[in-house]
Amino acid sequence: MGTSMTAKLILRKEEFEVKSGMTVRSALEKLEIVPESVIATRQGDLITDDELIEEGDVITLISVISGG
Amino acid sequence: MKCRKCGAKAAINMRQHKLALCKQHYLEWIPTQTQRFIEEHHMFSPEDRILVAVSGGKDSLALWDILTRLGYQADGLYIGLGIDSGFGYSDKSLHFCQKYAEDHRLSLIVVDVKDAYGSTIPQLNEKTPRGKDKPCAVCGLSKRNIMNRVARDGDYDVLVTGHNLDDEAAVLFGNTLNWLGSYLLRQGPVLEADHPGLVRKAKPLFRFYERETTAYALLRGIEYIYDECPHAEGAKSIYYKEVLNQLERNRPGTKLIFYLNFLKAKEGGLFAEQAPETDPLNTCLTCGQPTSSPEQCAFCRLVERSTP
Ligand code: SF4
Ligand SMILES: [Zn+2]
Ligand SMILES: [Zn+2]
Repeated sequence: MGTSMTAKLILRKEEFEVKSGMTVRSALEKLEIVPESVIATRQGDLITDDELIEEGDVITLISVISGG
Repeated sequence: MKCRKCGAKAAINMRQHKLALCKQHYLEWIPTQTQRFIEEHHMFSPEDRILVAVSGGKDSLALWDILTRLGYQADGLYIGLGIDSGFGYSDKSLHFCQKYAEDHRLSLIVVDVKDAYGSTIPQLNEKTPRGKDKPCAVCGLSKRNIMNRVARDGDYDVLVTGHNLDDEAAVLFGNTLNWLGSYLLRQGPVLEADHPGLVRKAKPLFRFYERETTAYALLRGIEYIYDECPHAEGAKSIYYKEVLNQLERNRPGTKLIFYLNFLKAKEGGLFAEQAPETDPLNTCLTCGQPTSSPEQCAFCRLVERSTP
C-alpha cells in the first residue's frame, strides 16, 4: 500500500495487481486474459479497452463466456 | 474511444464492426439490429405468439427484453432442472426469471422437471444405463422435449432461444472438427417445423457476440445469474469458444465470418441433403413428438425408466 503506482483487476474470485498508466487491453494481455472473453467495468460503468488504468482503480472484469 | 453516433464516451467497442457506441446508442443499436435479423431470416412477425426459453442467464433475458421492446408478444418459459450443487443454481436462476417477468409484467411459464416427471435432471441422469458423470446429455434431451411440448400445447407459433454467435460458432466448430454432416445440415438461425408435433424454432441473437449480449444485459440493468451451471465446467463448448476467441483476438471478425460463410456455403449447396430413408421419423406414442425409435422417444423412455 501507499506509494506504489498500482491498480486492481478483479475477475470472478481472482484479484490481480497491475501498474497504473497502461491501457486495459495491455493489462489483459499481460495477465493472459483474452480481451474478447471479458467486459471491463469501472465503478459500474463499462469501459473500452483503450482506457488508461489510473492509480487506485478497481476494474471489475465481467466474464462473458457461458457454456453447457 | 468515442461513440460513432454522438461523440460521447463509448461504452463498448466492437472490433469486428469497427464500431464503438455509447450506452444510449448501444441500447438502440441492439434492438434495431435484432429486428433486421428477424426480418432477413423470416423468423416471425408481430402477429405471432412467441415463446422465449429463459434460463436466467444474460442471453435469454436480454432476448426477452429486446423482443418485448420491439413490440412482439413473447411469453417466457423456464424449465426447473433441479440442479443445486451447493449454491442453489436452479433456484437462483428461477428467481432472476421471475423477477424479470414481474418487473415487466410479462407472463412466465414454469415447468419444474421434478414436479412434472418425478425426478430432477441429475436424478434422471443417474438412471441412464451408463450413468454418465455429467448430466448434460440428459439435460439437453429433456429441455428440447419440454420446450417443444410447451410451445405446441400452448399454440405458440415459434419457440425462440437466446443462442448467440459464440454459441453457434462453437457448435459449428465442433461439428466441423468431427465432420458431422447431418448436424451441419440442420444448424442455422431458423429450424423449420418439418415434422408433425414439432414447433418452429428461431435464434434472433445469432449474430451478436457473447460480449455484446452481456454488454446489453449490463447496460440495460437486467439482473441475471452470473454463476455458471456447475456442470458446464470443462465443457467442450467453452473450450471451443476460448479457441475461437484466440483467433478473434488477432483477427477481429474471424468467428463471425466463420459462421456467416458457413450459412452462405450451405445455402449454396455445399452440403447435400441426405436421403430421407436414412432417418425415418416416427411419432412418440407417449408425447407425440418425432423420434427415430419405433415407439417412445428417448426422453419418454428415460422418464419411464426412472418412475418406479
Ligand atoms: S451445463 Fe449441462 S446440466 Fe448444466 S444446464 Fe447446461 S446442459 Fe444442463
Ligand atoms: Zn452515442
Ligand atoms: Zn416422447
